[in-house]
Amino acid sequence: MIWNEKIECASRDEMAALQGTRLVKTVRRIYHNIPSYRNKMQETGLLPGDIKSVEDISRLPFTNKSDLRDNYPFGMFTVPMSEIVRIHASSGTTGKSTVVGYTRNDLQMWSEVVTRALCMAGVHKNDIVQVAYGYGLFTGGLGLHYGTENLGATVIPVSGGNTKKQIELMQDFGTSVIACTPSYALYLAEVMQEMGITPGSLNLRVGIFGAEPWTENMRREIEAKLQLSAIDIYGLSEVVGPGVSCECSHQTGMHINEDHFLPEIIDPDTLEPVKNGETGELVFSTISKEGIPILRYRTRDLTRLIYDKCECGRTLVRMEKCKGRSDDMLIIRGVNVFPSQIESVLLEMSETEPHYLLIIEREGSLDVLKLMVEVQEQFFSDEIRELEALRKKITNAIQSTLGVSAEVKLVEPKTIERTAGKAKRVIDNRKF
Amino acid sequence: MKIKQVSVFLENRSGRLKEVAQILGDAGINISAFTVADTSDFGVLRLIVDNPEEAFRILKEKHFSVRTTDVLLVNSSNKPGALSHLLNILSNEGIFIEYLYAFTVNDDNAVFVVRPANVDKCYSVIERYKDELNSHNK
Repeated sequence: MIWNEKIECASRDEMAALQGTRLVKTVRRIYHNIPSYRNKMQETGLLPGDIKSVEDISRLPFTNKSDLRDNYPFGMFTVPMSEIVRIHASSGTTGKSTVVGYTRNDLQMWSEVVTRALCMAGVHKNDIVQVAYGYGLFTGGLGLHYGTENLGATVIPVSGGNTKKQIELMQDFGTSVIACTPSYALYLAEVMQEMGITPGSLNLRVGIFGAEPWTENMRREIEAKLQLSAIDIYGLSEVVGPGVSCECSHQTGMHINEDHFLPEIIDPDTLEPVKNGETGELVFSTISKEGIPILRYRTRDLTRLIYDKCECGRTLVRMEKCKGRSDDMLIIRGVNVFPSQIESVLLEMSETEPHYLLIIEREGSLDVLKLMVEVQEQFFSDEIRELEALRKKITNAIQSTLGVSAEVKLVEPKTIERTAGKAKRVIDNRKF
Repeated sequence: MKIKQVSVFLENRSGRLKEVAQILGDAGINISAFTVADTSDFGVLRLIVDNPEEAFRILKEKHFSVRTTDVLLVNSSNKPGALSHLLNILSNEGIFIEYLYAFTVNDDNAVFVVRPANVDKCYSVIERYKDELNSHNK
């Protein structure tokens, strides 16, 4: 079923006209409300009136994650706080998180795009949807939750973790749709096997998997192990959360809800738009948001756009599965992690440049983070109990800063390989 | 006697202890006593050597995490009850010991290496009980 046929199957001209109108309004809104972005526009001599259609978008300055951090927490909101009805946040690059706010209309729009996404995935109102994304500041849980309710399906708001309970609920409630990270889906399959439960005995039909990169191989593995159709959903809190785009049952790219989120692909080095169909960095402008509209936000995700009509009948532009990042962000168990965060944790403890190595492995189906820290003289105590306390302190600080746990190992100085004087900070042994 | 003990951070990898021994041997530094405190991932090698300053310098040069720590050397007789006698005194005086090890000098004499929580306090206690410790030794 197509939730909003008028929009999702609109002609390119109709879509461009709608996008143009909304873009013009958004530029004006931001120019008059966000001094930092207005300054950027003025630096290039650009006035709101210069932006007349979607064609003009590449004249606008970019927005980076650092702009959100510099305006922490509410500096990028274009409405008074009395109009903001919800806050979400995601991890920032160095400690401070990235905060987003939604008006009542924003939440309604978000529910609508998630509902469209669910319909793309083949979910309908008779389904029972178990939302195993975390509920809270993270957008995953609540985003899927309200989209499901809006569709009229039944939502089980179980949130993340508690795997055995998740499986029990699937059995008892007849869950037909599971929403979680793809790696957690594999973990669910493992635990099911341990519990002696065959997926055939369950009602699962569709899986809505996102918040981390995953491969076609992983898709096949999940589909075989859980016996469902594994659908990729994409989103980021700076744009709205999950539901920015989603695959349809043909699994040939994620349809972008481009009447709200206008995509572009740029060359991350030259910052110029790439030729049609080429791979580059995905950039989004939100063109209907009120709380925190954002122009040309650099997602750092690398992908390409497909403008051909899809077999499902939708004309919404599709983006391929993300192929990587144009920065050093890592996604560990669905949580965004920047090496710079680890650096700042270690810096706080030693006051000198720390030498560390982050190793990410996929053990079974879960990402495991191992952090090796060189014991510099300023760290080194002669007493084991102080060294153990140091290790524990680092472990706790990493957990509270990153939101994921890491195995910390203390190693001798100079054991971490230096390439051309600079240490290699991250080894990602996962296969994407 | 208060002296400098040399401590080296070691990962639990084969060959690391040998490397330290070799570096010190090549430099002509004599090891009188040593002990290794270990956990599953790493250990701390503690050494009593004839030239701690030089040992520190040379190990640091070879990029080891190394430091010196004040410890007390307490002479004792090499006979039953000597350790218990010393510990009894320290315990009665409220001295907290971080760690302790010992080596024998010959059939008659042994030396305790004591790392107390408070080196100066422990040192003054031992000075005070010097005679008693000596009389026990005889």
